[in-house]
Amino acid sequence: MAMMEYMTTKKDELVGWMRKFSLFPYPFVTACCGMEFMSVSSTLYDTDRFGAALPRFTPRQSDLLMVVGTVSHKEAPILKTVYEQMCEPKWVMAFGACATSGGFYRNYSVVQGIDKIIPVDIYVPGCPPRPETVIDAIMMLQDKIARDRHPIFPFETQLPVKA
Amino acid sequence: MIGELRGLYERAWDSFGMPVLELRTDNLLTLVTRLRGEFGFTLFLDVTAIDYPERSPRFDVVYHLYSRSRNARIRLKVQVPEERPAVASLTGLYGSARFMEREAHDMYGIEFTGNDDLRPILLYEGFVGHPLRKDYPMDMEQPIVTYRK
Repeated sequence: MAMMEYMTTKKDELVGWMRKFSLFPYPFVTACCGMEFMSVSSTLYDTDRFGAALPRFTPRQSDLLMVVGTVSHKEAPILKTVYEQMCEPKWVMAFGACATSGGFYRNYSVVQGIDKIIPVDIYVPGCPPRPETVIDAIMMLQDKIARDRHPIFPFETQLPVKA
Repeated sequence: MIGELRGLYERAWDSFGMPVLELRTDNLLTLVTRLRGEFGFTLFLDVTAIDYPERSPRFDVVYHLYSRSRNARIRLKVQVPEERPAVASLTGLYGSARFMEREAHDMYGIEFTGNDDLRPILLYEGFVGHPLRKDYPMDMEQPIVTYRK
């Protein structure tokens, strides 16, 4: 029985390892943070080292939705449609201050944080965030993906969750 | 140059090297036609409005024109009241006026008589009100996607 538990945790680690090192981001770029996204994707601060190099410019084929930049109320239904078009498993990164909480805009047109519309897994503050911050965020997201459980046997649902 | 236009404006002053003319709504179209034709102000830069809630003609519609041949700008200000904020449209003279006037209408509610395409350009369907007026609450949002949680 302990062997079964060992195999299932190893199975979870394997699936987590495979998922975290092959992220396909969908850069939903709206504003100035897009410049920082470009610089973090290019050679000096590379996202290719983390496997998150190839952006899929269609939500149907990607698993990481990076909301980069300000989302206005006019843009919000588009963001929701794009999020719903992605298949499971999917993660959302709120890149920049405007996506996290509305940024320095507090007016009639800006959504005060995209978590009012879609669930967010990781927030990257900054206006725009330094590329090192983005890489730190990708690594934290990878830790989160690695900790995920994928229960297929009934006994797995009773295992304690590793912190 | 301003002397040649005497009679069409109320006041004139200088703002950091740019002449500013204050007009009445009736003289606007004649003045701008003359500026465009005789004086070469062929580039229409912007139309916007200023809201003075305590003053009697509430809005100040401001136009900026630029002349490439003279390398000169000019600013025109027209005072319009709140009950009927209507100004003549410059779409017959300048093609870019269509979009600029749509924005001024969207944000302030200024009506441009002669521009029949005053659809919202920056705001979305279902938005009520004119947000850049002073009596629109600053952080009032009108979301079209229902918030979660």
